[in-house]
This record gives sequence, C-alpha cells and structure tokens, in this order.
Amino acid sequence: MPKAMSAQEIARKVIDKEELFILDVRNQKEFADWKIEGDSVEVINVPYFDLLDGVESIMDKLPNENVLVVCAKEGSSMMVADMLEETGMTGVSYLKGGMKAWSEYLEPVKVGDTSDGGELYQFVRLGKGCLSYMVISDGEAMVIDSNRMIQPYLDFAKEKNAKIVQVADTHLHADHISGGRALREETGAQYWLPPKDATEVHFDYNALEDGTEITVGTTKVGAQAVYSPGHTIGSTSFIIDSKYLLTGDILFVESIGRPDLAGLAEDWVGDLRDTLYSRYKELSEDLEVLPAHFANMSEVQNDGKVSAPLGELYKVNNGLNVEDEGEFRKMVTENLPPQPNAYQEIRQVNMGKLTPEEEEKREMEIGPNRCAVS
Amino acid sequence: MEANKVLDAKGLACPMPIVKTKKAMDELNSGDILEIHATDKGAKADLAAWTDSSGHELVEQKEEDEVLKFWIKKG
Repeated sequence: MPKAMSAQEIARKVIDKEELFILDVRNQKEFADWKIEGDSVEVINVPYFDLLDGVESIMDKLPNENVLVVCAKEGSSMMVADMLEETGMTGVSYLKGGMKAWSEYLEPVKVGDTSDGGELYQFVRLGKGCLSYMVISDGEAMVIDSNRMIQPYLDFAKEKNAKIVQVADTHLHADHISGGRALREETGAQYWLPPKDATEVHFDYNALEDGTEITVGTTKVGAQAVYSPGHTIGSTSFIIDSKYLLTGDILFVESIGRPDLAGLAEDWVGDLRDTLYSRYKELSEDLEVLPAHFANMSEVQNDGKVSAPLGELYKVNNGLNVEDEGEFRKMVTENLPPQPNAYQEIRQVNMGKLTPEEEEKREMEIGPNRCAVS
Repeated sequence: MEANKVLDAKGLACPMPIVKTKKAMDELNSGDILEIHATDKGAKADLAAWTDSSGHELVEQKEEDEVLKFWIKKG
C-alpha cells in the first residue's frame, strides 16, 4: 500500500530542503496554474488519464524509488501510486487530501519575541503563499489576516494557553476568504477592518484607522495601525512592539502590491507610490517587514519565515527603486499578471454579500495568490 | 443529441468518471457517440483534456440540474 503523506510532512520537507520527487497527475492546465514548489523539489506532470493503460511509458522519467504522487483531491494519485507500486517501486506515496489539502495547510513559524515577554508567530500557507500572524501576550492573542481555515489558530492559541481576543484584516482580501468573522463568532474577539475597504460590508466591525491602538494582553504589546493605501484604498499596516511592520499586501519581500484587484489601478497608483516612497520611508529602517504574501519560494528563509528589514528592502526590492513616477505608474498598471482565481467572488464573500458552501469556498481559493505586481 | 450509449457516472469521484468513460469507449466503434453524466466538477476539464489526448472528439457539453453532460465521438 502506498503511504499517505500529509501536507504537513511535505511542508516540513520543503522548508528543510529535503529532496522530494513529485509526479503531479492533474491535467496540464491546472499544473501550469500552480504546483508544489521548493528548492529541493523536482516535479513532473503526466495527467492520470494518460496513464490508464499503465505507467510503463513514464518509468524512465522517474527515480527508482521515493516518488510522491499528487492530484487535485486524492483519488487519482492513489490509483497511480498503486500502479507504481505494482511495478516493484518502493517508497511510493500520495498526497493525502490532494492539492486542496496542500492549499489549506498552515505552518506556524516563530518570528520572534516582543519586549515584554510576548511572542509573534507567522502562519505560512505554502500552498497559496498567504501569510497570517498571531501576537501572543500574557494569555491573550491577536490574529491578523486570518485564513478561512480557523482551526489552526484556535488549536495554536490553546496550545499556548492564550485566548484570541483581537482579530484584524489589513485590508479586504481578494485572493483568499478571510477567517476574521468566523474567528469572532468562535471566540467573541473584536474584529477590526479598515472602514474605507468596508463601505459595502454586511456586518459589524471595529474601525481600523490610522493611529488605532489595539492591546493584546495586559501589557503594552499593542498593534499600532498606519494607514497605507495602494493595494486597496483602506489598506492599513501594523507596527507591533516598535519592531515589526506588518505590511499586508502593500509591500512584499521581492515585490510590491498590485493596485487593480478592487478597482481601477489608475486611481490607486498614486496612493501606492505615496505609501511606498513617503509613508514607509518615514518609518525606522530597522523594522522587520512581515508581508501578507509571498510569490516565490526564494522569499522563504531557511527556518520557513518570510521577512526582511525595511532598510534592506529599500536597497534590494525593485518596486521600491523606481525613481521616475511615470515609470512606476507604468509598472503597476501595465503587464500585470492574471488576477487570482475567483477574486471578484472572494471579495463579495469577504463583504458578507455571498455565503457559499464550504466546498465552493475551497474551489474559489484554488491556485496562487497573485497579489503582487509581477 | 442521439447517443449510442449512455454512461452514468453520477456520484463518482475522480478518477472513476474517466476510468469508466475509457472502458465504455473501448467497447464502441469509431464514429459512435457516448453520452456521459457526471457530478464531479473535476470531470469537466479532465474529460476535455483526455478526449484531446486520446484522439476522440468532445462534440458537446452542458450542465443540467447540477449534472454535467458530455457527448464524445469516438475517434
């Protein structure tokens, strides 16, 4: 029997750079759209429906052992893994729950300590490139940019003996469904959202505005909001403990946010420029930038964390080094990558206008986040 | 559309709709039409891609009451 390998096991291998050979049996279009990636990952694509008569034709493309078969949900990879094992191959496994499970898995990585004994964690969603955060201090926790799957946060907070009392979104997300409201329902936490992104929402929220201070625990680990429009008109960053800058989808490690997902790029490009070239410039260069996304595995450090000092990004991030405003305008409004899957519907869900079934929500989120300019 | 055979693959999860389709096609003659009913959403893209790679022709497809229907002409 081929072994069922969990998304968590694969995440560990990707982060630890362990060798992994993947036979992806989804159709070519899905494979071209997104796949499991990593420095130590080798992957080939042969659709399962081309293997119904047997796997002999592809044996010369595979190593002699240790092949991981993946498909969309699981069924086809089990079938192909069985076929591989019948040829005598050893160490054959399949991805439990398929790419859906991969898309949903969150790996908690410790970012660091806060000055009063609290901790900050980054939850890395390797399958989709989403990053969310948990600040823990003195038995209380705050979750920022929560994913739709809230159980990992609930479990983690419980493990840390902390109660989730604050939940916030830096902006109205277009690439994934926010777990903010679900977390509030489950825990009774306060849910913060920038009002300028929330003009059409069908629910109550706390207004997250420039200068809003949110306290976690009885001590002063507060989140201090900085209005930083550009990706959306409401986009707001958090400075935590004067040490960490949570930039949402405005600034990433290797790129910058795109301004076209919630309206006209032309309208917000000025705001984006202003935030990146003026507002952030006034902040301390020592702040550790913690974005809400990554697009390339090269942005993931050896310990699994995605971050960089703000001063460093002003040196190396191309999006921060376009002197000419016209050129900048051109860069963020032309030749943008395709929009994230179902981004219009996802925005409607995040506004509370649509309430699809769980399965439909999963389908909407399939594929990469594509929130960056390139 | 007039089909030579109808395959009911409703309720079956991937890869079964295609496994059954292939089996049914093997029993038909060139030019015959197989009508397939499926509920697995993944079948939509996969059947189209499989038809292409196996030399058959996807003549028509539509969705009725959440049932995906396909008509494939054997190549």
